[in-house]
Amino acid sequence: MEDVLLDVKELKTHFKTEKGVVKAVDGISFQVRRGEILGIVGESGCGKSITSQSILRLVGYKRNELVSGQVLFEGEDLLTKKEKNMLAIRGSKIGLIAQDPMTSLNPVYTVGNQIAEVPMIHEKASKKSAWQTAIAMLKKVGIPSAEDRADQYPHQFSGGMRQRGVIGMALAGNPSLLIADEPTTALDVTIQAQVLDLMLKLRDETNAGIIMITHDLGVVAEICDKVAVMYAGKIVEQAPVEELFANPKHPYTKGLLKSLPKLGDKERLQPVEGQPPNLNDLHEGCRFADRCPFVFDKCHTEHPPLFSTDSNHRTACYLYDEEAE
Amino acid sequence: MGRYILKRLLIAIPVLIGISFISFFLVRLVPGDTVTALLGSNYNEEQALILREKLGLDQPLIVQYGLWMANVLQGDLGYSSFTNQPVATALMERLPITIELTVISVVFALIIAIPLGTYAAVKRNSPMDYGASFFGMFGISVPNFWLGTIMILVFSLHWGILPSGGFVGLAEDLGGNIRSMAMPGIALGTAVGAVVMRMTRSSMLEVVGEEYMKMAKAKGVSQSRWIWKHGLKNALIPVITVVGIQTGYLLGGSVVIEQIFSLPGVGRLALQAIANRDYSLLQGAILLIATTFVIINLIVDILYAYLNPKIRYD
Repeated sequence: MEDVLLDVKELKTHFKTEKGVVKAVDGISFQVRRGEILGIVGESGCGKSITSQSILRLVGYKRNELVSGQVLFEGEDLLTKKEKNMLAIRGSKIGLIAQDPMTSLNPVYTVGNQIAEVPMIHEKASKKSAWQTAIAMLKKVGIPSAEDRADQYPHQFSGGMRQRGVIGMALAGNPSLLIADEPTTALDVTIQAQVLDLMLKLRDETNAGIIMITHDLGVVAEICDKVAVMYAGKIVEQAPVEELFANPKHPYTKGLLKSLPKLGDKERLQPVEGQPPNLNDLHEGCRFADRCPFVFDKCHTEHPPLFSTDSNHRTACYLYDEEAE
Repeated sequence: MGRYILKRLLIAIPVLIGISFISFFLVRLVPGDTVTALLGSNYNEEQALILREKLGLDQPLIVQYGLWMANVLQGDLGYSSFTNQPVATALMERLPITIELTVISVVFALIIAIPLGTYAAVKRNSPMDYGASFFGMFGISVPNFWLGTIMILVFSLHWGILPSGGFVGLAEDLGGNIRSMAMPGIALGTAVGAVVMRMTRSSMLEVVGEEYMKMAKAKGVSQSRWIWKHGLKNALIPVITVVGIQTGYLLGGSVVIEQIFSLPGVGRLALQAIANRDYSLLQGAILLIATTFVIINLIVDILYAYLNPKIRYD
């Protein structure tokens, strides 16, 4: 267990609003090892992005934002750290790659400048050496004529190039954990493949752990080692990637896989019927109960814990509660 | 960048020609003319005709305009028909005072507005934010002549710490100059500060919600760097426009404040010119105000390009 890089335990992020408490993330636990890519999948609004922001402590400062649980990073709980110490971790030990490359670079500074800022803040590097780092990062993420490109502004970059720039920025601090929040969603397919390849290559080179947040099961299949499926603020299934695709357990995961188009398949796609629940108006039971084809009484009264169906496959569904059988 | 500035300069030319045209004809729409004002109660037809001929007012308007423009292009703005002083000299005597007043007002406004607007946005819904909103409402709704009058009452009449009016030259006595300019500067600057503060606040509010601001946080930048380096430069782009427009208004529109504090600036000169139907002086004043407006806009455009690389590279 030494190589466990990130150990999230019972993480909860709740927002108090006028309409009640929104349980955006509600008691999730997962681990990421060095050199491992964990995929967190789920539909929009299921709490994936809030999870990443909670790990980095980008939420939790306002009075209405409540973050609890434990986020053990290299053995230390980030949730109890002082803001000053968090500053030293963000961008240095943990890098974030945001969703939309079109908006995640500051339009008034050159790309090189924005990458160079990372070593300047964290290593107190000189302007010159920071600039060299920036160029090296741009080369690393495969931007041609990096020296000239570093001097350009984000609007002079194409979407794919910008995302490479963002990745370069995330890597500039030489992080041991990378959080990629839908890094390919805004890109077209060929660029997506390039960016995913790049991430794999970087993982191999730096042995960093990666959390890949996505709603795209294709991305998961391509690069992740293991997957956590999130639904309405909870993890409903966790398994190694091959196992999950070959042998999905949770009805929601099954539904997700059935709604994926397959090449050459003439069968109609089966969407998951219904809508995810309102996060400020949840009942005690399983959050998927209202959409689940296998629902029975117990599902409505108590949320199922994660049941192990295999040594490394766990799912939150009473169908797999062996004691009950 | 050079090409960009050149383009802006070329655009300014037709604007200035248009302004000269409008100011020339507008001035002549006012009932009565220089001659009636000069002669006053001694007015009679005969003298009026002679005087009109002497001043060139008997010619068709379009010819008068052509002659005036030809002179203006050679740098000759004509003579005041009342004092016989060259218009250019009269304006140049007054311009430094108006410029100083404008600079003081704008600096006062910016010193308050930018930090206040920025903090109000970052600490939204905090007491600071409410304070800023109050200042914004106050500054916008209180007329500057009222504020000026109240300040005279308090600081000059009641406490006697500042002069109620009059101008002391910058070169003569620095302290006296500052004392004479402080109240009019604050009276004018409050409204500007309020407008700029509100703009800064709303612009900054938009910026802090941007994805790149989240990324900056994720990079580990400190709060102050996050606000002043990553946020403010973006937020200032629309603010600069507002500051430019406000500065333009101040240069031409401080008539009332100059009157209240008896500052001999361009605004007061223009007011006298209107009362006297002093055509050439009034035209000169309008042209000067318009030109400074255009120049300020040009400066704003250049600042804009400096702040916003997208414009620079178009």
